[in-house]
Amino acid sequence: MHIIESGNVAAALGVKLSRAQVIAAYPITPQTPLTEKLSEFIESGEMEAQYVPVESEHSAMAVCIASSSAGARAFTATSANGLLYMHEQIQWAAGARLPIVMCVVNRGVGAPWTIWNDHQDSISQRDTGWIQYYVNDHQQIIDGVIKAFMLAEEVMIPVMLCYDGYLLSHTYMPFEVPEASAVDAFLPPYKPAYALDPENPANLNTVTMPDVRLDAKGRLAHGYMEIRYLLQEDLIRTIDVMARIDESFRKHFGRGGSPYYETYQCEDAEFIAVSLGSLSYHLRDVVDMLRADGFKVGVMSVHLYRPFPAEAIADALAGSTGIVVFEKALSYGYQGALCSDIKSALYHKGVDGSRMPFVHNYILGLGGREIRTTDLCEAFRKSCTEGAAPTDELRWLGLKI
Amino acid sequence: MGTRQYGRSTSHSEPGPGDAGRTGSWRVVRPVMDPSICIPAKRGTPACFICWLYCPDGVISRTVPPAIDYEYCKGCGICAEECPTKAITMVEEACFIQDKE
Repeated sequence: MHIIESGNVAAALGVKLSRAQVIAAYPITPQTPLTEKLSEFIESGEMEAQYVPVESEHSAMAVCIASSSAGARAFTATSANGLLYMHEQIQWAAGARLPIVMCVVNRGVGAPWTIWNDHQDSISQRDTGWIQYYVNDHQQIIDGVIKAFMLAEEVMIPVMLCYDGYLLSHTYMPFEVPEASAVDAFLPPYKPAYALDPENPANLNTVTMPDVRLDAKGRLAHGYMEIRYLLQEDLIRTIDVMARIDESFRKHFGRGGSPYYETYQCEDAEFIAVSLGSLSYHLRDVVDMLRADGFKVGVMSVHLYRPFPAEAIADALAGSTGIVVFEKALSYGYQGALCSDIKSALYHKGVDGSRMPFVHNYILGLGGREIRTTDLCEAFRKSCTEGAAPTDELRWLGLKI
Repeated sequence: MGTRQYGRSTSHSEPGPGDAGRTGSWRVVRPVMDPSICIPAKRGTPACFICWLYCPDGVISRTVPPAIDYEYCKGCGICAEECPTKAITMVEEACFIQDKE
């Protein structure tokens, strides 16, 4: 069914179609309409799930951890400071290997207090062991939620599906809502290999010694380091699994084909802009404008940010002359986190003596600062004409200081 | 041999001796039982077993005489505190290290 609705409703419909069994969430702008919609679905009987109203985001994630440990398909959503309030439980969910799905409706973080969009909230959770997937429009939100449950349950790693606050959450766009029967055919019910069982009590993730140990049955059990190694190993494996799930989704629904990143006009591009989220669609207009002026430019939108598909991204970017990373977040004291990751991915392309593209980094749109198309166009044009910079200078766009 | 074959990717323990690791290494004082004072040891019959009942780690056997599993005994001293005949004495682990030397 083709409908026109907001991004938050697209996410809620995706959660309903995925037949999530437990929803625990605390309202925070701009996520609120998503969880309100889910509570409406449950209250009206349209969705068979338990909605657990909690007193905080920390508790929301704790409920998701508990229900997922008991074998339920669990979902939550948050934004900004709510996400940060969860931080300890976010790490726990990853270490406990629970396939929770969470929508992060991207918003800037305080202080100073802001309710507007940037990416600092989810970028600050980059190293928690969760899968992070950034989407660019309403169709990708609803499809992304469904794929996220499948991915999480296949690799037993939780997924953050990140989409821009207001720009996507509160705007209305047409999108296709898949048939429930089609989603059921794609996404089977969650059947965990292990779930809490009162008949066979167990302690999960209690104090784990630095070294390995023989368990009560005489088997050599992991120490802390082995468990953390397996998380990393499975995250790396997730890169291939994501491609497989995207392909399966494409066969079922006819949409997909870009599991790691989405490119526009990159085939012959000498200069490629890179960004996360809806900004990359904004940059498509900029690409069209610069192409009209004779610049061979393109734009890459990174979907899968953690695990970082470094090889695929480096392969796609290495042939260009210059890369311009536009970011709505910053690793304070250095540069944009995505920019650092892209440079790191390109490193092995340089060591064999082949040509290395220059990388420029623009920080923009923090706390909802307006991103003007003309500013983007001038910045990208400047990078194309100036070429390699002598230093890692961080450039700010739209700053009025 | 490593833990690759363990079959889980998390930390998981079930009720049973030693599923928290060799907690005996935590011990700084060791409970030592004197069989000439311990009731079941002295009588040669199943009796008392208050140490077995109170041990929070279940490392004392309900046998004649009772035995303490030092692999897992953390040395908390509850058995010595509860023993009605004061048959259990808490001895510094350092004494045993000196003995070995």
